Amino acid sequence: MEAGLLFKIILVVAMFAVSLLVAMYSTFLERKVSAWMQNRKGPNRAGPLGLLQPLADGVKMFMKEEIIPNVSNKALFIIGPCVAMTTALMAGALIPWGGDIELWGRTFTLQVADLNIGVLYIFGITSLGVYGIMIGGWASNNKYSLMGAIRASAQMISYEIAMGLAIIALIMSTGTMSLKEIADQQDAGLANFVYQPLGFLIFLICAFAELNRAPFDMPESESELIGGYHTEYSSMKLGLFLFAEYINMFISSAVIVTFYFGGYHFPFQNEINEALGLSTTMATALGTGIMFLKVFFFIFFFMWIRWTLPRFRYDQLMRLGWKSLIPLAILNILVTGVVMWMNGKIN
Amino acid sequence: MTHYVFYFLSFLAILSGLMVVFSKNPIHSVLYLVITFFAIAGHYILLNAQFLAVVHIVVYAGAIMVLFLYVLMLLNLNVSAEPVKKTWVKVAGVISGGMLLLTLVATFGKAETQPLIQKDATIGVTANLGKILFNEFALPFEISSVLLLGAMVGAIMLSKKEVNK
Repeated sequence: MEAGLLFKIILVVAMFAVSLLVAMYSTFLERKVSAWMQNRKGPNRAGPLGLLQPLADGVKMFMKEEIIPNVSNKALFIIGPCVAMTTALMAGALIPWGGDIELWGRTFTLQVADLNIGVLYIFGITSLGVYGIMIGGWASNNKYSLMGAIRASAQMISYEIAMGLAIIALIMSTGTMSLKEIADQQDAGLANFVYQPLGFLIFLICAFAELNRAPFDMPESESELIGGYHTEYSSMKLGLFLFAEYINMFISSAVIVTFYFGGYHFPFQNEINEALGLSTTMATALGTGIMFLKVFFFIFFFMWIRWTLPRFRYDQLMRLGWKSLIPLAILNILVTGVVMWMNGKIN
Repeated sequence: MTHYVFYFLSFLAILSGLMVVFSKNPIHSVLYLVITFFAIAGHYILLNAQFLAVVHIVVYAGAIMVLFLYVLMLLNLNVSAEPVKKTWVKVAGVISGGMLLLTLVATFGKAETQPLIQKDATIGVTANLGKILFNEFALPFEISSVLLLGAMVGAIMLSKKEVNK
C-alpha cells in the first residue's frame, strides 16, 4: 500500500481515538470544574484523584438496562443517537493538527484532508448536527422530548445565520476557505483574533448555541423539560447523546483555535525552534502540543461559562440571535470590507 | 470506479425519491428527501463542483429540511390526521398527472441526447465560480439576490400582526 494512504488511515484512527479520549476526560473535567467552582471536591473515589471516573461511568452506561418505549418509532429511535455521534466525529477530518512531520524519509502533513471548501464543509456538518437531536426527540413519542427537539431546531437555524455571517467576514480577511491556509497565514503575523475581534465574539456565542451548552441549553433544560430530547433514552444510547456533545465541544474548540488563534502556530515560533535546535518533526510536535493547550483552554472556557451564567429564557435567546448578533455580524462584514478597501486589499 | 459511484448515487437518489412519495408518515418522507439531497450532492462532487455540493447540503439538508421537520413536528401530523381527499380530486389528479407524463414522454422520447462536454473541468471550484459569477454574470446574480430579498421582506410582512390600522 502507498505510504501516504497508510499514513492517512493511521491519522484517521488516531483522530478518532483522540476525540473519544478527550471527550471522555472532558466529562471528568466538567465534573471537577463544577465542583471546584462550587467549592466541592467532585469525583475522587475511582483511582488516584478520581482519574478512573470516566471508565466507571462508561461501564455504568453499558450495564444499564436499555429501554425502548413501546409506542415510539423504533428504527428512528435507534438512528437518532447514531446520527448525533456520526456528525460529531465528521468535522474532525478537516482540522489541521500540526505542520509537516518526517517519517521514513518522507514528509507527511498532520491533517486528514485539506479541501478548498474546508470552512463550508465545517459549516455544513454543524448544520447537520441537529438531525440526531430532532430524530431522537421525535421518535421518543414524548411531549418533553418533542419540545426539546423543536427548541433545538429553531435555535440551531437561528444561530447558524449569525455564525455564517461571522465566517464570511473571516473568509474576506483571509481570502481562503482552506483551514490549513487560514492557520498558516497566522504563523508570522498576528492571529486573526486581532483582525476580527467582533467576528470572534459572534462566532463564540454562536458556538455555545450550536453546542446546546449553557447558557443556551434550552433543548435539554432539565428544570423545565426533564431532560429534553433525551428524556426517554437510557443506557448507552443516552451515553452517545451526551458523548456527542463533548466531542462537538472538542471539535468546535479546535475550529475556534484554527480560525482565530493561529492553530498550531504560536508567537516567536521560528526563534524558539531555532534556539532549541528542533528538527521539523519535533517543531511540529511542539506546535501540536501548543494547539492542544489552546483547545483545552477553550474546553475549560465552555465549562467556566456553563457553571457561571444562568440559563437564558427562550425569547431572550431568540432576541439575542436575531436582533443583536445578526445585525452585528452584518456590520462586521461592512467594517471588514471598508478596512480592506482602505488598505488597498480590494479595488 | 466513477461509473459505479454514479450508478450507486443514482440508485440511491431514485429509490429515496420514490420513498418520499410512498411513505405514509410525513416525517419519514422528509428524512428520505434528506437522503435524496445527499445523493444529488454526491453527483455534484462527481462533476467536480464542490462548492455547489456543499452549498446544496448547507442550504437544503441543513436549513430547509430542518424547517420542514420543525413544522411537521409542531403540527404533529400522523396517518390518521391526514385528510381523505374526495374521489373526483383523485380522478382529476390521475388524469392531469397522466397527461403530463404523456407530454414528457412524447417530448423527450424523440430528443437526441448529446454527451455533455465540460469546457473547463475546474469551473466548479469556488474561486473560479466566484470570478465568473461576479464578472460575466454579475447582473443576473444581483437580480436574483434582489428577488430573494423581496421574498424575505414579503414573508416578514405577511407574518406580521397588524398593530394599528
